[in-house]
Amino acid sequence: MKSVKDWIKKISKKPLFLPLFSVFLVLVINVIYDAVQGNYIFSFFTFELKEGALYGRIVDILNRGSEAAILAIGMTLVVSSSGGTDISVGSVMSLSGSLCCMLLAGFGVTHVRGPEELQMPIWVGAVAGIAIAGVVGLFNGFLVARMKIQPMVATLIFFTAGRAIGLLLTNNKMVYILLDEFKWFGLGKTWIFPTPTVIAAICIALMVLVLRFTSLGMYVQSVGINPRASRIAGINSAAIILLCYVICGLYAGVAGIVATSRIYSADSNNIGLNLELDAILAVALGGNSLGGGRFNLAGSIIGAYTIQAITTTMYALGVAKAQAPVYKAIIVILIVVVQSPAVKAYFAHRKAQRESLAIAGRS
Amino acid sequence: MTFPGVKALQNVDFTLREGEIHALMGENGAGKSTLIKCLTGVNDFEQGEIHMDGKPIRNHSTLDAQKNGISTVYQEVNLCPNLSVAENLFIGREPLTKIGTISRKAMLNRARELMQKLDIQVDVAKTLDSYSIAIQQMIAIARAVDMDCKVLILDEPTSSLDDKEVEKLFILMRSLRDQGIGIIFVTHFLEQVYAVCDRITVLRNGQLVGEYQIADLPRLKLVAAMMGKDFDDLQSIKSKEDEAVSDELEIEARGLSHARKIKPFDLDIHKGEVLGLTGLLGSGRSELARCIYGADRAQTGTLKVGGKETTISAPIDAMRLGMGLLPDDRKAEGIVEDLSVRENIMLAMQSLKGVRAKIPMDKQMEITKKYIELLEIKTPSTETLVKQLSGGNQQKVIIARWLATDPDFLILDEPTRGIDVGTKTEIQKLVVELARQGKSVIFISSEIEEMLRTCNRLAVLRDGEKVGELTENLTQESVMKAIAGGERN
Repeated sequence: MKSVKDWIKKISKKPLFLPLFSVFLVLVINVIYDAVQGNYIFSFFTFELKEGALYGRIVDILNRGSEAAILAIGMTLVVSSSGGTDISVGSVMSLSGSLCCMLLAGFGVTHVRGPEELQMPIWVGAVAGIAIAGVVGLFNGFLVARMKIQPMVATLIFFTAGRAIGLLLTNNKMVYILLDEFKWFGLGKTWIFPTPTVIAAICIALMVLVLRFTSLGMYVQSVGINPRASRIAGINSAAIILLCYVICGLYAGVAGIVATSRIYSADSNNIGLNLELDAILAVALGGNSLGGGRFNLAGSIIGAYTIQAITTTMYALGVAKAQAPVYKAIIVILIVVVQSPAVKAYFAHRKAQRESLAIAGRS
Repeated sequence: MTFPGVKALQNVDFTLREGEIHALMGENGAGKSTLIKCLTGVNDFEQGEIHMDGKPIRNHSTLDAQKNGISTVYQEVNLCPNLSVAENLFIGREPLTKIGTISRKAMLNRARELMQKLDIQVDVAKTLDSYSIAIQQMIAIARAVDMDCKVLILDEPTSSLDDKEVEKLFILMRSLRDQGIGIIFVTHFLEQVYAVCDRITVLRNGQLVGEYQIADLPRLKLVAAMMGKDFDDLQSIKSKEDEAVSDELEIEARGLSHARKIKPFDLDIHKGEVLGLTGLLGSGRSELARCIYGADRAQTGTLKVGGKETTISAPIDAMRLGMGLLPDDRKAEGIVEDLSVRENIMLAMQSLKGVRAKIPMDKQMEITKKYIELLEIKTPSTETLVKQLSGGNQQKVIIARWLATDPDFLILDEPTRGIDVGTKTEIQKLVVELARQGKSVIFISSEIEEMLRTCNRLAVLRDGEKVGELTENLTQESVMKAIAGGERN
């Protein structure tokens, strides 16, 4: 009994405990739901291969959570280095998708039905879409790092302008790319996995490698905690913040291509709608302070998938789509409150009090 | 109250009588700040009681403490730099108009009266950050004094004040004592304790050493009580050979200046020399050093480093030329508080190597452990966040950060401020040792005695201008004369 208690104490101190614990809770709810419904109680965890593709609820969550997870990576760096959020990422996704589709179809053309109608190779369009997102990131970063404009105000510009520019590019029309090669990014499969999960995995792996083999992580945190001290120690704070916004932009571009491919059309008004909020929430759920400073990338990514798991679970439970945000809000409040400094300080104080009393009792 | 690795305070008794100035002494990490934080409700404590006028009280917040008549002025100014002086004086207790809004007029008038009473010359309508740290400190004290307190706690109030301001503060403290206020005075300046205090309580490693009448505890005994060992003689850290300095120049500055902060100056620093910059607070001694390092970019003049002409536009340029700067404001420009001890030590070395050349973890650990041992940094582990260390240990971490880069020229701006006697001596010895190895050092300190012990030569600054140099006959008196500008009359 004692050892179980110790074990709980030990794991509850790990930095990733809360994000992981919330995932666990979601899983438990699913199991209970299945049991009540009379289904096989572990049906949540089952995988099956249909026509060479992997299916299952977990696969579905990982698939649909891809964009949020990709955004969360860039958002984590932005939050950590500048103590602010990039609220333009959702609009930038849409801009990236619109530019990509416009380039592939040609300006003013609304449908591409065959490969011969393509104006350029699909990969060129995709790279151009990601590149424009990088340019927006550069612009945002310039405003924040060099002009010292508050991040939310600076990124508000493209939050509003991004979709409008997308509409300009697509001549105010939906542009359909009805090609399997284009649908591959969002709807296709790579070996047995849905392609978005593979793209997300590559994005994560890239960032993990960068953090592992360069000192970017330390720079970003140092700049986020104390930019003046970092400068005295030889770090170019402005350049680091700029870089974070560019990375965030590029990742938003990638997410934009995936989201566009899912609906094989440039729907500038809806692609990535409200996704910036999920990305920011993912960072917070991962145990990162939105005030900047220390960050935990794994936490943010788990946070992103947790949000998707909550959404998927609610739909499975039969919650109407319109009501889902209410329940989501309740769950998020719970998770955020449990992680808040005030609650943590309370438990730390209780613990110290008990220990002191124990010492006093012995002597 | 516990801090990681150490119990910050254990079974400490402390008594403050009405109308006395009571010094609370101890080395860094002895528990002085923790004791004060427990008294004022910043930190909660697990055991024990506080009685005031015979009645038990318990403060859960500083607000509680203020209601109970305990006011505090901390080591670092805890006011809002972007608010006006008047607003800072009356935060949380603003004078109201009849309809319940803040009466700015009454606030300004009362603030002016208060400043006049305490003889502090400021424009109360200006923002706080338009004044020096010294003035800000005085304003913080004024705020505390104005809150009808019975107990006034001054935690290192004098560490950023010059002698004149200290004297002014002492006059104020004595008059408050005569009004029956009990004052707890925390300081590292021994002279000040003997100048103003009635009683001394000494702490060591979180435990009570004892309470003494000032007359019963001469200076040497006090130091011995604080350190828990006999006090080795401070005078002999510099030998005759250390006076010899190479003819080779490390730094050759001609006409460097930074608008409104430091007027154009010429300065030579030899290899293996410790150059002291002296002058009153705000005389431009920090600004001169920052100008050379590129922390404030020089707007005019030329700079030669090691004989070669260079331009420094950012600190990293200076670092590539082998420089390092320990800034005077440790909290704002020194430590990166939420990074670990290891990361703080590695920071400068890593930024010299560049972002792509990450120093391997085993190498990082090796360097960190080396400097923890070398400088005797008290920390539970290499991964402890630096904000959890005491002030002196934080300072050592920053010194380690620069030593790790193996600099040729190190600028130390107030490296010993707010640091206990033992550590002070260690740092002074380190400076002399660095010079012995042929490195050049700029040493800035408000304590003339300390400068005399370590420096080969002093440059004197006054009102943002370098007014002279002292090489021979360095005595406390000659330096003070030079600072005061007596040679003109």
